[in-house]
Amino acid sequence: MGMGLLFDATRCVGCGACSSACKEQNKLPGPVEEVLTAYTWTTVQPQEGLNVRRMCMHCEVPTCASVCPVAALVKTPDGPVVYDAQRCMGCRYCMMACPFEIPKYQWDRPVPIVGKCILCSSRIKEGKPTACAEACAYEATVFGKKEDLVWEARTRLRQKPGEYVNHIYGLTEAGGTSVMAISSVPFDKLGLKTNLPGEPPAMRTWQVLSNIPDFVAVWGVLLYGVHWITARREDVAHAEAKDNGRENRS
Amino acid sequence: MTDTATLASRRFRPGFWTFVAGLLFLAFLTVTVIRFTKGLGAVTNLSDKFPWGIWIGFDLLCGVGLAAGAFTLTAVVHLFNLKKFEPIVRPTILTGFLGYSFVIVALLLDLGQPWRIWHAIIYWNPHSVMFEVAWCVMLYTTVLAVEFAPVVLERFGFNAPARFIHRLITPLVILGVMLSTLHQSSLGTLYLIVPSKLHPLWYSPMLPVQFYISAIGAGIGMVVLESYLSKRAFHRHLEMDLLEPLARGMVVALGIYGLMRIQAIQRNHAFGSILEFGYEGRMFLLEFTLGVILPVALMSFRRLRSDPNWLVAGAFMAVLGFVMNRLNVSITGMEAASGTRYMPSAMEIIVSVGLVATGMAVFAFAVRNFSIFPGGPIGADPDPKPGA
Repeated sequence: MGMGLLFDATRCVGCGACSSACKEQNKLPGPVEEVLTAYTWTTVQPQEGLNVRRMCMHCEVPTCASVCPVAALVKTPDGPVVYDAQRCMGCRYCMMACPFEIPKYQWDRPVPIVGKCILCSSRIKEGKPTACAEACAYEATVFGKKEDLVWEARTRLRQKPGEYVNHIYGLTEAGGTSVMAISSVPFDKLGLKTNLPGEPPAMRTWQVLSNIPDFVAVWGVLLYGVHWITARREDVAHAEAKDNGRENRS
Repeated sequence: MTDTATLASRRFRPGFWTFVAGLLFLAFLTVTVIRFTKGLGAVTNLSDKFPWGIWIGFDLLCGVGLAAGAFTLTAVVHLFNLKKFEPIVRPTILTGFLGYSFVIVALLLDLGQPWRIWHAIIYWNPHSVMFEVAWCVMLYTTVLAVEFAPVVLERFGFNAPARFIHRLITPLVILGVMLSTLHQSSLGTLYLIVPSKLHPLWYSPMLPVQFYISAIGAGIGMVVLESYLSKRAFHRHLEMDLLEPLARGMVVALGIYGLMRIQAIQRNHAFGSILEFGYEGRMFLLEFTLGVILPVALMSFRRLRSDPNWLVAGAFMAVLGFVMNRLNVSITGMEAASGTRYMPSAMEIIVSVGLVATGMAVFAFAVRNFSIFPGGPIGADPDPKPGA
């Protein structure tokens, strides 16, 4: 299942240490912005008296990875959805398709690339937690194996039922994600998408695409068959016209 | 027709429309320069919230869709063997080829790093609809070029290769129809992945089929329109004996498509949003009335179909409604979920209009210099009309 993050909105004080640590780790230029951009991969926004982190959710079946024509976005077994800027041609279908609206673009550059959280994939390979989780002094963002995090989230919901909405955001959203959140306020009020299907959106296009080989075979035979029949009809008409002519002459 | 290749440039007299086209082309070049020095943000109104604008909604979706006449007519003539439509195949293939070239030029501007457009050839992702789109654009543009090649080859006296292509026409047409079917539908498949973003008036699991059938309808409408524009520009007669039965095909295609749309809206329980008469509802009504209801209703009457003015009006409505539909799917229907409104910038519009004008100019050039219409190249018109 790989690694992931659990964000507990009831613990976040909104200090922004995660955003700063992310900037430093990924060498992103400029100050931390209020919304996600190609240069700010995670933000903390005050909502309904709480603070909520926005970042890539690292889906189990990522929509972005499924739509990328050159496979620049890939889900790694460790958990992160990583981005290969050298492959990207800039079609921006990932931005269009992402149900969480995460990938952002360098609109100000003549040679632009996409920017989004990559769950510190190089740090995870070294066995270290993500920079944001390490920077969090309040354990609002914790790093760990996804199954452990789910267990931890369930424990918190069970132990303090009054303090949490009984839902782990990210368990089923868009087919499940490696980054999850729990909160005392309904998630739609925190600005998170709650109208997402439980089935990964990628399945909807795959249902069509996986049928293409069958379609090509059947359609090809059908079209050639139509041609065969109509051409034969013409031949027969010609032959009959010729025969008639001969009979008339004899 | 002479055997030597003398182009019609000496007969070419620049007029008002040449001036307009030249001006548009210069503006287009300026935008291109700004795009590649200052970035996409400097020329477009695109943003992180709205990453696809009219270069995708109009240039790509409509450029491909309105080129559908090419595969429809080649199938009618070469597969269904209805040889009487042969005289209008060449202008249709030319339109298709120009439509696809238009799409490629627009993509070169819209892609963040267009010099990597060939990456789709080496880095594969068969799960991606965009990957399918990329391959269909590449392959079908090639097929259209080969289908059109005999016209150019014959003009310059290379008869042997032209005859060779003629002999291969059946497999070539089958390949073209197959690629077109995949490609037209894949543009609808592109939007299957945004069930939570696209408005229920347009979202449907049947989007691929809807895109395919509506492209056939509008592609036929386009054939009628270009015959009309050529008539005006080159004082040709309208081939009513061919266009009238084609309009019947358009009625059937648009009729099926209209029913599918109504069915999809019913499944999404979205009739309410029409009755609310909000932004999306109004845009839908305009699109559906113009692109489906009116052309189907009017063109169902033989008397109207046989009247050149009504026929052209019906075709024009179908094409306009088609363009509105593609813009509604790609822009109107996506706005509410994006939380922002998108209006194309002046520079985005200049590029799109400039490309259409260039396409028309190339079409006119081809008609003057090659045997596009039966009867060979057409002499320059002393007073070119808007269609030229």
